[in-house]
Amino acid sequence: MMKALIGRKIGMTRTFAEDGSMTPVTVVQAGPCTVVQRKVRDRDGYDAVQLSFGQKKHPNLPAKGHFRKANVAPGQVVGEIRVGPDDEAAPGMTLTVDSFRPGDLVKVRGRSKGRGFAGGTKRWGFSGGDDAHGCKSHRAVGSMGSNTTPGRTFKGRKMPGRMGNSPVTVRNLQVVRIDSDRNLILLRGAVPGARNSFLMILGS
Amino acid sequence: MRDPATVEEFNPGDTVKVHLKVVEGDKERAQIFQGVVLQRRGQGVDATFTVRKVSGGIGVERVFPLHSPVISKIEVSRRARVRRAKLFYLRDRKGKAARLKEKKS
Repeated sequence: MMKALIGRKIGMTRTFAEDGSMTPVTVVQAGPCTVVQRKVRDRDGYDAVQLSFGQKKHPNLPAKGHFRKANVAPGQVVGEIRVGPDDEAAPGMTLTVDSFRPGDLVKVRGRSKGRGFAGGTKRWGFSGGDDAHGCKSHRAVGSMGSNTTPGRTFKGRKMPGRMGNSPVTVRNLQVVRIDSDRNLILLRGAVPGARNSFLMILGS
Repeated sequence: MRDPATVEEFNPGDTVKVHLKVVEGDKERAQIFQGVVLQRRGQGVDATFTVRKVSGGIGVERVFPLHSPVISKIEVSRRARVRRAKLFYLRDRKGKAARLKEKKS
């Protein structure tokens, strides 16, 4: 059985050890997740488990049908995890934070905070120009390339554009604590995304 | 985390004795840091407070996490009337000018 959960980022805080040393942690409300569908190679082309988290307030007809098939309540978020062909997960099964133990290393997949249309300085770390001394180019992107040869701007040139709001995976985050009663999991360090954004926690 | 009930209520301007557990080798002893609370910041487990004292003519400030298990006790030895939440102006003052008026209870 795969170790995976969908959760919601609550926020960051810290925990204390007995000797006063502190650990920065992210609190994630994870699970309980229900297995909605088991995808198999013969029928779907690949092996995966579809998990759902939360409750959908106003499911549309296709969603209702999809969840009714598995005889589970419509979930707010649905995610898939690739598994081996022999995985015993079946629709209707429930996963909770108890599948993780303190000390486990996990992967967390989320969506980074959207930065909107960002300039070269923020998006690519361009150093920019002088703020003073008569310099008129502060955060400009600068040169687009050479002149007559090649006579064009190369594809992939780092330029301003949309930044963030993209999938990000952070690996090897340590599980610090599990709170089964409140479905909370405390992970060492930061995870992608804003508070209240959805995350996928994967055991490695 | 330490039991929150062991924290006596205190405010910026108060003079406090912070009782600390110090581990030296395999021995544990108590150390006291006494000074004026410059500020309290943060909420919940994240809360910290800054204590300033003048030791041998040199200003010393320490920032303590309010809920650190290293702190065994916080004692208020004097309460002062202050008009702001952050008393950073005390850093620029010394001697008589750094006095604070005691709060009448």
